[in-house]
Amino acid sequence: MIEVESLTKQFGTKLAVDNLSFSVKPGEVLGFLGPNGAGKSTTMRMVTGFFPPTSGDAKICGISIVDNPAKAKTKIGYLPESAPLYQDMTVTSFLKFCAEIRGLRGSRKRDAVERAIETCFLQNVARQSIDTLSKGYRHRTCLAQALLHDPEVLILDEPTDGLDPNQKYEVRQLIKRLGTTKAILFSTHILEEVEAACTRAVIVDRGKIVADGTPAELIEQSGTGSLTDLFRTVTTRDTEAAA
Amino acid sequence: MSFLTIYKRELKSYFTQPTAYAVIVIFLLFSMIMTFSFGQFIKVGDASLEWSFFFWHPWLFMLLAPAVGMKLWADEQRNGTVELLGTFPTSTWSAILGKFLSAATVWLIALALTFPIVITVNYLGEPDNGAIAAGYLGSFLVCCTFLAVTMLVSAFTRDQVVCLIVSVFVCVLMVLCSYDDLVMQFSKMAPTSVVEAFTSFGVWDHFSSLNRGLFRVQDAVWFASLIFIPLLGTSAILSAKRA
Repeated sequence: MIEVESLTKQFGTKLAVDNLSFSVKPGEVLGFLGPNGAGKSTTMRMVTGFFPPTSGDAKICGISIVDNPAKAKTKIGYLPESAPLYQDMTVTSFLKFCAEIRGLRGSRKRDAVERAIETCFLQNVARQSIDTLSKGYRHRTCLAQALLHDPEVLILDEPTDGLDPNQKYEVRQLIKRLGTTKAILFSTHILEEVEAACTRAVIVDRGKIVADGTPAELIEQSGTGSLTDLFRTVTTRDTEAAA
Repeated sequence: MSFLTIYKRELKSYFTQPTAYAVIVIFLLFSMIMTFSFGQFIKVGDASLEWSFFFWHPWLFMLLAPAVGMKLWADEQRNGTVELLGTFPTSTWSAILGKFLSAATVWLIALALTFPIVITVNYLGEPDNGAIAAGYLGSFLVCCTFLAVTMLVSAFTRDQVVCLIVSVFVCVLMVLCSYDDLVMQFSKMAPTSVVEAFTSFGVWDHFSSLNRGLFRVQDAVWFASLIFIPLLGTSAILSAKRA
């Protein structure tokens, strides 16, 4: 369960996220859409406790990320945008490290790592050094890290970015499957993904929510039957913003 | 306990990459060259190792310690893995301590590997082994001070080269500003209070007294604060970067 309550982030004079509120219940997959620079990643970084919000709060399973970050973070699995990894480690040793830091020990650690490797189809590269992996494998290694502790909340920043069509399909199926029991928030640029994996979607622009609804509702709202049209009407284009 | 996990990972990464080996070998090579050439170890018959061996350590550390510490946060920020660390249920302090102690351990190993010189003086003469132990302690503390400074610098930048250059510069200053010959030159040019303020950042006073086998409270306080304050600064910089 994610409850975002009037979350605001200001960088200097720039308002990156403006009084944003929404919630994601267990069993729900919320697609987080918006043009580049709309504040999607910043919002996710605040919800995961990486950035402190300027004001507002996010509650993870009822625990405030501002007041009790250590406890709230145990409930979250997070895939950052660039899928960062320690290049000098092997896939297995990286996952073991992440499991250990999440407090898993002994057979629980072994099982968690094995399960994550299986879920993300990493068996072939499990012993390989991360700096020799292709982008798709790196992405999935970082995704595996987010699943290790079987978190109640998953926050995925562009989980299908840089994957080939087969991998994209696999990841969408995975999100859908995990979404039956967990609360998932994921951002994407690919509008077809919304219909393929989300139960609900919000479109943000310049730090504010400009559209919110189930994929079917959003398509209806567009008037033309196309999410792309809706996206183009409700968000600001780079050229307009500069003008 | 997550501090131990981070410590183990960092230490392992020093030895899966060539960094630690290169630094340790160069340190051993130079410390022996200095001892037997300029240190005139054989000719003087310096069984306490004070001038022939330990004297060279600050000069070597000011160049080599930053090479071990430079990656600590710079690398983490370049790869984006700082975002993983920041969203794990662990405090910034456990990461700072784990990283600092792993770098210190590399140097502990380097210093331990100079043991043949201790065997040699014990074979050739009758040294005060207590004073030698104090000399090692002094060396190690100077090294830790430089590592702490390097860590603070690495929190500012994602570029390891910039970190290396800036930290070497600071460490060189800390060595030169209290070196007797130079202090005499300064005192001709500047008022005593200025010279004293400047030299108080230097390592020699504190290093030399330990090197002579003297345990003074002011040295303990000096080392403790010059190690702790940069670590505190590191924590402040890392959180300021996210605000």
